[in-house]
Amino acid sequence: MYVAVKGGERAIDNAHAWQAEERRGDPAVAELALAQIREQLALAVNRVMAEGSLYDPDLAALAIKQARGDLIEAIFLIRAYRTTLPRLGASRPVATAQMAVIRRISATFKDLPGGQVLGPTFDYTHRLLDFKLAAEGAPVPVAATAPASLADVPHVMAFLNRDGLIEAEPAGDASPPDLTREPMELPASRALRLQAITRGDEGFILALAYSTQRGYGRTHAFVGELRIGCVAVELDIPELGFPVEIGEVELSECETVNQFTGSKTEPPQFTRGYGLVFGQSERKAISMSLVDRSLRWKELGEDCTGAPAQDEEFVLMHADNIQATGFLEHIKLPHYVDFQSELELVRKLRAEVLAAQEAAQ
Amino acid sequence: MTDQAYNFAYLDEQTKRMIRRAILKGVAVPGYQVPFASREMPMPYGWGTGGVQVTAACLVPEDRLKVIDQGADDTTNAVSIRKFFQRTAGVAVTEATTAASIIQTRHRIPETPLHEGQILVYQVPIPEPLRFLEPRETETRKMHELEEYGLMHVKLYEDIARHGTIATSYAYPVKVEGRYVMDPSPIPKFDNPKLSDSPALQLFGAGREQRIYALPPYTQVVSLDFDDHPFDPSKAAHDCDLCGAAASYLDEVIIDDQGGRMFVCSDTDFCRGRREAGHVGALGVPLAEGGM
Repeated sequence: MYVAVKGGERAIDNAHAWQAEERRGDPAVAELALAQIREQLALAVNRVMAEGSLYDPDLAALAIKQARGDLIEAIFLIRAYRTTLPRLGASRPVATAQMAVIRRISATFKDLPGGQVLGPTFDYTHRLLDFKLAAEGAPVPVAATAPASLADVPHVMAFLNRDGLIEAEPAGDASPPDLTREPMELPASRALRLQAITRGDEGFILALAYSTQRGYGRTHAFVGELRIGCVAVELDIPELGFPVEIGEVELSECETVNQFTGSKTEPPQFTRGYGLVFGQSERKAISMSLVDRSLRWKELGEDCTGAPAQDEEFVLMHADNIQATGFLEHIKLPHYVDFQSELELVRKLRAEVLAAQEAAQ
Repeated sequence: MTDQAYNFAYLDEQTKRMIRRAILKGVAVPGYQVPFASREMPMPYGWGTGGVQVTAACLVPEDRLKVIDQGADDTTNAVSIRKFFQRTAGVAVTEATTAASIIQTRHRIPETPLHEGQILVYQVPIPEPLRFLEPRETETRKMHELEEYGLMHVKLYEDIARHGTIATSYAYPVKVEGRYVMDPSPIPKFDNPKLSDSPALQLFGAGREQRIYALPPYTQVVSLDFDDHPFDPSKAAHDCDLCGAAASYLDEVIIDDQGGRMFVCSDTDFCRGRREAGHVGALGVPLAEGGM
């Protein structure tokens, strides 16, 4: 007899209970503490904060634990939580030239004021599995330290700018649009594009940036500068009349220098691509700056070659992994009604074709 | 019992006000897609986040909410959304179409006629009826502005030229009050006639695509067709095997591995109501005897 989906409520409760059991895994193995995730899986925490658009390492660690390590699911948890937070104010723009850098490299100049600082990087490690890490209780590694410089670290771009070799980027005080408070409208300003890309899926932005390197909208990018470190976040308090530092955030910032031979509207000069991401996320920051530069073809008077990374609507409408995964996975929800109507249609079309074939014989 | 950690119906009042403004604009311009700053909800995009936000913005504590998916109150996602509002708004719920003040639906319009004062909230995946003819939003918005719907008519004409019939069976495009071409959400075209002249307010929410649109009560809604190929709201040529209804939309259920199948109402409340009133289908048994 008829046994359709009844008892959905009980099925859901049981599924959640099973998920919780699977999340815990073998109870003989110690449970993960949030501090362990925050401290020892910091790059995963950084990605969740960047794409979740919420700077809170403890909440990101909780989301990673709750999501069983599925980072997109963790990003989703953070985004949904973010919805419930009131907007208390807007900070002043962060001054990345005053960043306390832990890493700062330029690929365009051998040496420069402030120096090259390699910092904690995988760049020159040999990717050999380190079986010593499999054994727990190893002595705590200690790196050599040097006294921190309190001087500002000027941007490399500023040096080029002095010679007029790079496009000017005049400071403005217009309020940027807010992607999380207003619907996305196209064409988008550069500020809006950068917001969408910095919270966009790392894999998607990486692939788009890579495609420009392989000729789909080539931009001839050099990493003028990549810097990672903490910056102070300041808030203007109207009652006080001066800004107050409310905390600091770790950022990765990348500025590319792009060769540009000039267009109908712009003289030959170097042009810029920009990337800024929460946490130590340099792959994302570099990718972002390449995609940013690629999307600027119109304002620089370049030709559009139809490359995906030049197509603002294509990039912005598909960069968000929470939107993408939701819509992709929703096709596993019931579609009986639509499928039934398709069944009727295909049966009708088939009957007509078969009848016509029969009549022809 | 309400979850005190969240505001009534989850969203904060500022967000609800923003959504209500979009709804009012939608009501003022029937069929026009109003952009709104959709929020990330605690269920995934594609699960009805647009509908959930519209419902959250409309709900008041006195409301009685019904949630259906595929016409049924007990499909898993309908259960999940109903529970969400019980938890965050503490509103009364019902499965009876006539008793509900707000009905959130995915893919169906209830068989029982709606009445004045009711709100029907549709979950919409792709609000743009022209999307599969033109993928760019910047282009399709221009086409709506200019009332340039030739592309849609060409598509329907080509269907007829190739298949002898319009090969769209759900999300069948409609024209609202002679102006905007609108996607009615993926309801079967069988439901399209119920869109027109309805005493209820019909609201459509697309969360991922950040659009809200509306049909105020008694709005004229016409399914696109041609004079010589009039719109045909077809359904399976069967009666419901449980309640015997001849004019309700049916689900086809495979009941064995010999090709056996039965047809039952997709609207579970409608079917139960008929069976309680004594109607019995070909494979059904009277409800009084405790049968299915």
